[in-house]
Amino acid sequence: MTPPTPSAAAPLEVTDETEKKSITSDGSKGSESRSPGRLAWKRFKRDRTGVISAYVVIFFFVIGIAAPLIAKLYGKNPYTTYTTQHPELLNAFSYPAGPNGGMSSEFWFGIEPQLGRDVFTFLLYAIRNSLGIATAAALLTTVLGVVIGVTAGYLGGKTDYLVSRIIDILLSFPSTLFFIAFMPVVFGFFVAPDDNIPTSLRATALILVLSAFGWASIARLLRGQVLGLREREFVEAAKVTGASPMRVVFKELLPNLWTPIIIQSTLLLPAFVTAEAGLAFLGVGMIDPTPDWGVMIGRGAQFYTEDITFMLFPGISMVIFVLAFNLLGDSVRDALDPKSKR
Amino acid sequence: MSNTNPLLDVSGLTKHFPIKGGFPIKRTVGAVQAVDGLDFQVAEGESLGLVGESGCGKSTTGRLITRLLEPTGGKITYRGQDITHANRRQLAPIRSEIQMIFQDPYASLNPRQTVGKIVAGPMEINDINPAGGRENRVRELLEIVGLNPEHYNRFPHEFSGGQRQRIGVARALALEPKLIVADEPVSALDVSIQAQVVNLLQKVQRELGIAFVFIAHDLAIVRHFSQRVAVMYLGKIVEIADREDLYDNPRHPYTRALLSAVPEATVEAEPRERIRLVGDVPSPINPPSGCRFRTRCWKATEKCASEAPPLVQADGNKPGHLTACHYPEVRDAVPAPRLAKDPEAAA
Repeated sequence: MTPPTPSAAAPLEVTDETEKKSITSDGSKGSESRSPGRLAWKRFKRDRTGVISAYVVIFFFVIGIAAPLIAKLYGKNPYTTYTTQHPELLNAFSYPAGPNGGMSSEFWFGIEPQLGRDVFTFLLYAIRNSLGIATAAALLTTVLGVVIGVTAGYLGGKTDYLVSRIIDILLSFPSTLFFIAFMPVVFGFFVAPDDNIPTSLRATALILVLSAFGWASIARLLRGQVLGLREREFVEAAKVTGASPMRVVFKELLPNLWTPIIIQSTLLLPAFVTAEAGLAFLGVGMIDPTPDWGVMIGRGAQFYTEDITFMLFPGISMVIFVLAFNLLGDSVRDALDPKSKR
Repeated sequence: MSNTNPLLDVSGLTKHFPIKGGFPIKRTVGAVQAVDGLDFQVAEGESLGLVGESGCGKSTTGRLITRLLEPTGGKITYRGQDITHANRRQLAPIRSEIQMIFQDPYASLNPRQTVGKIVAGPMEINDINPAGGRENRVRELLEIVGLNPEHYNRFPHEFSGGQRQRIGVARALALEPKLIVADEPVSALDVSIQAQVVNLLQKVQRELGIAFVFIAHDLAIVRHFSQRVAVMYLGKIVEIADREDLYDNPRHPYTRALLSAVPEATVEAEPRERIRLVGDVPSPINPPSGCRFRTRCWKATEKCASEAPPLVQADGNKPGHLTACHYPEVRDAVPAPRLAKDPEAAA
């Protein structure tokens, strides 16, 4: 389900030239076939918005993955309160003493008010954690949605009826309210009320709960697609030759479902990033001191009247990421499904 | 066709699609009697044409023979083996011998698979490893159906309708079948392409000795292709005969009406009598009693309403020419006023 990434894409400035080149190279190897995937890739490369968004998204993922490395090179970590050794960094009101939130050559993005942690590494790790949770949730959601949706659509009958009603119920739930009310209950399953909740459990519970509510929309979409596809003649043709249901699903149906699956999951991930941050902000997701976009924004909201800088970094980076990912999702859809052009 | 044991023997084949209704508990409130008691045989290497108007159950019949649909009643015997209710595993050895060509060449090929994969699929499923490898065999098949073997790696969207239908034929041939059910194989194609595909099928039939059940609504094409022709009306066979016999001496009024509707290709042809059927085909949910054609037949009497005519050899028919009519047509009889049945249509 990895969205197509333009890692090997030609530089943007020379689009026209590369196009001409690709045409001539196509002519030279005429037997090379134009698979639907390759055609989509070609369309995607021509879409500037999509390519730029893809670069931005990749940039964020690289930062997230390389966060420990960058922090090591930079020589700081997100947990140390640097002001205990250098109390002069904060003023009398516990706000950064320097201008712009204490930005300096030593603390690139400034320091946190009160606790005095390093904002740059905190943001790096926040991106890492938030993207990790959102990606895991999106993956799990997609797998669940595909399995349930395809099963319901292919089997039809009573299974389909039952699954469709479950989807109806799930989609009619006010999920945000449910998260807030239900997260403590989930933690309660695993941890005694007075114990500390380990971070890994928080992350796992978040992923599970986000997926438990997210699969319904994908499953419904795929169910509809399968209902349409299974009556197509190529499925009948496979059955006439004796294909097993497994083969029909995996070889005949699934290749035709990649388009909606990829589109849905690329639009799902940014939604999960914001949902996860929202939960953290509300105090039911990840909590301080675990670095997280939502935690950072939550902390920033406490100080923004005095120190806007601390709020700006997580806020702007998140807006850029979500915007880029949504634009990427749109471009992927346009590339894979050219008929659905706005 | 001096074969005592037919390749395919269909007797009393019935398919009723239930109509569900009611709330909250759905019950069967009726049935679409798509196919109601068909009897016919197909000999080895023979081509049986199945003609009739839209909605008369031709395609359902094809799907019943290939067991894409489960028959409601009757019996399908393939080479003496009852396959009426065989499940997928029991069918496995027969699957490779009965293949199907579909109507819509745009829907019958998976858009995400290359031609090579599509044609090799049946061999993969049935675990057939021809000498020289599957890829060679596929190239060979592509050549047989008149496609460039170099197109092996192309995708269906790169082909025209006629070429796609050839791919469908190649896929059907991949398992070296004994019987191919062709469900209106050319009706979705351009007229100029139809002849090519029909000739290809004819070549395949002659050279490989494959029997065909050829479903079509175009009488000219069936005449060109099939040695024997069955005419269907509303889920029943009304007449079945050898080609020449049927076209020269139709005994059932419906057959006669159908044949009279075929346009004449020559300019000098004498103007023929043209029988216009009035009204629509009745609903298969609630078919007429007795003879199903009686509501549109100019000869219908009370007997037709009360008694369903059996499919028998009518007086003066050659052996093998069966007609289901109480009052079979007589050759060169002066046609009665054939529009008088429905006063509305006369206006």
